[in-house]
Amino acid sequence: MKKVFVNEQEILVPDSATVMQACEIAGEEIPRFCYHESLSIAGNCRMCLVEVENSAKPVASCAFPVAEGMKIVTNSDKVKKARKGVMEFLLINHPLDCPICDQGGECDLQDQSLYYGKSYSRFEENKRAVEDKNFGPLVKTVMTRCIHCTRCVRFLDEVAGTHELGAINRGESMEIATVVEEGITSELSGNIIDLCPVGALTSKPYAFTARSWELNHHDTIDVTDGLGSNIVVDEFQGEIKRVLPRFNENINQEWISDKSRFSYDGLNIQRLDKPFVRNIENKLTTTDWETSLDKISFLLKQYNSNQIGVVAGSLSDVETMFVAKEMFNGLGVYNLDCRFNGSNFKIETRSDWLFNSKVSGIDKIDKLLIVGCDPKREATVLNARIRKRWLTGELEIISICAPNDLTYKVENLGNDIAILNNADIINTIKDFFQNSKFPMIILGDSILSTEEGENIHVITKKIADSCNVIKEDWNGFNILSPYASRAGGLEVGFIPTKNGINAKQMKKKILEKEIKLLFLIEADDFDIGEIDNESTKIVYVGHHGDKLASKADVILPITAFTEKKALYINIEGRPQFTKKIIQNKGLAVDGWKIFRALADKLGIKLKYNNHQQLLDRIFKLHPEISSINEIVPAKCLKSNKSIPKIKSLKSSFLVKNYYQSCPITRASINMANCIKRFSKKEESIVNG
Amino acid sequence: MVKTMKWILNRIKYFFLLDIYKGLFLTFRRIFKPSVTINYPYEKAPLSPRFRGEHALRRYPNGEERCIACKLCEAACPALAITIEAEEREDGSRRTTKYDIDMTKCIYCGLCQEACPVDAIVQGPNYEFATETHEELIYNKEKLLDNGDRWELALQKNINSDAPYR
Repeated sequence: MKKVFVNEQEILVPDSATVMQACEIAGEEIPRFCYHESLSIAGNCRMCLVEVENSAKPVASCAFPVAEGMKIVTNSDKVKKARKGVMEFLLINHPLDCPICDQGGECDLQDQSLYYGKSYSRFEENKRAVEDKNFGPLVKTVMTRCIHCTRCVRFLDEVAGTHELGAINRGESMEIATVVEEGITSELSGNIIDLCPVGALTSKPYAFTARSWELNHHDTIDVTDGLGSNIVVDEFQGEIKRVLPRFNENINQEWISDKSRFSYDGLNIQRLDKPFVRNIENKLTTTDWETSLDKISFLLKQYNSNQIGVVAGSLSDVETMFVAKEMFNGLGVYNLDCRFNGSNFKIETRSDWLFNSKVSGIDKIDKLLIVGCDPKREATVLNARIRKRWLTGELEIISICAPNDLTYKVENLGNDIAILNNADIINTIKDFFQNSKFPMIILGDSILSTEEGENIHVITKKIADSCNVIKEDWNGFNILSPYASRAGGLEVGFIPTKNGINAKQMKKKILEKEIKLLFLIEADDFDIGEIDNESTKIVYVGHHGDKLASKADVILPITAFTEKKALYINIEGRPQFTKKIIQNKGLAVDGWKIFRALADKLGIKLKYNNHQQLLDRIFKLHPEISSINEIVPAKCLKSNKSIPKIKSLKSSFLVKNYYQSCPITRASINMANCIKRFSKKEESIVNG
Repeated sequence: MVKTMKWILNRIKYFFLLDIYKGLFLTFRRIFKPSVTINYPYEKAPLSPRFRGEHALRRYPNGEERCIACKLCEAACPALAITIEAEEREDGSRRTTKYDIDMTKCIYCGLCQEACPVDAIVQGPNYEFATETHEELIYNKEKLLDNGDRWELALQKNINSDAPYR
């Protein structure tokens, strides 16, 4: 610790602190543009000038380390004059177009020129103009407004790891430009909009649709991936205008992926707002709740319990799955599964499906093995965190069956999972994990959904045991699932019990025409191919008229995550609530209410009548998810199974379609634009 | 003594209705002065260039509408009479798709024209826009632009004459 004086106030700061950090500890506000906590220090905006004793000139506080006994002054006339001067220079080439700028009202430059700038300018020459760049379908550029803080360049270099932006030319002709013409392809590109302190980079879908001061902010969580990133949804007159990240050190820090940020327009497109029933002419016609529920209870009574299958999809909340499970178990139906992608493994404890090390655990790992997943596209923000750790130089990464463009250096042991049969490879992995304090294995849900899934889970667990990845105070065995509903479904046991069959077996039974009635709860990704409406009746419960809705015999509309307060559990096992922000679309209701009503119709007694009673019941039966935003660590059992032989399976599990992974993103125009724009690039990755 | 005298004089004044004659004398005097009543609607009183009458949306001389949908007037309006919706126009410029003023909510305070950075929304010299129904007083963008075209000469003159004081 060093002792410094800020405005004659004595404080102790860490040895490595900068002058700006010392001022912050002392509670002094320093204006800045280029400095950002999560990025490297550039020191090029000069706005943070302060006076330091024995220094002839004011110093840039963000880049100046503190020294013992240093005397810092932040409020002298000299500092004020310096700030005014810097501000005047910054505004020389900044256009006065605040009224048409989307940043207007939440602009750092606006605020700071009001507090620290002059009220007039002495500049009488012509302002410069810069040609706008094409950053793709998500980021709009007005480069004349750029003040060259280089935050965007540093973000893409350091956090996103894609090196797609740079500054060209010098002095007044300096411009920010893309490295290649294609625009920014990074999955985190939306964050440069938040980082830009002026209106040079703004959101293209949001362009001109609202002003910052008229928006209502709602804290909620994102459901487009398994991470449960915290977001702020900005709503105006009952319409969602934009999505911004909300700081949560334990999950997403301050970033969110483009899918979370820009897929909100899908919430208004292709929505189901009325119940539909297929009539005699084989056409879906609108109807009311009473008729559709009667039809369903008629269908349910018609078939044996083993002829009925229930599959929940990637957006289902805990309540819906819990009530559906209680209702169907009450009927004697045990063919339930939330693992619609067919992922299948033996579940003994919660630790078998959770991301046990927690997302924040990535900040201390030193060895990482990635098996069968694509963290860059399945959990983009988590991947950025791995990269951040890797940049410190204290992390080594190896992978099996993973893509090679993960934005950090990965030694790929091979893209055939059968190499795990090879003792040499096992020894290589053992050597790799030797002496590691915080080892980590990330096993992808994608590889577990293959034929060999069960064996791969067993063998990876064995490796974890033998390499000492699971210790007393550290559990480095992690499953990475890209689906928001997965952990919640497994927590409440939305899986086959007794003699029930899982989703993978259901798929076979449907082809054999032994499943006669199929319930799909938002499960559009349940791949059943061409289905015969005569032999299998489908009841579709969901909010979008997506892939499978058109094949259904009965369609029941439910609310999407912005229209309900619902519980979602992220990959770590962290329960979080979404918030009701906009009104239900048409006749849509919360998913759990449908199954509660059906239970009444079928004479099954359920002891809850409202959301609170339901939550009480869920928390009573599943106490490990009862504390909101807290993780209850899962116990880990040593695997005592013998090591199975794995069949050859060659794939890098690269997600080919990052932008469309759930009904909401598939309905989104923004996401479709991204695909149109980036499909060429993605193809070249797949082939190369 | 003085008090008693004052009391007696007051009584006499009241008795002879002196104040009434005083007032009637004033009325009588006005007969010989020129009349101030004007023959509205054939005659009209002069207006200040700052007069805040009916709203109008102005255009640039080349016919391009001035309004850039910054929504500052909407934010400034204390009566919440203005409703704006904006969108990117085909050529990429920022324009309104909807600009409504509820003239029955408006309190004619002039804050909207005060807030406008491009002198698009202005309150012109027209005060004769009474209607028979409420609906007619809910102005849309078309009506406001039409007002602007109709009153442009007067509006520009008023703005010019007020310019030195801004």
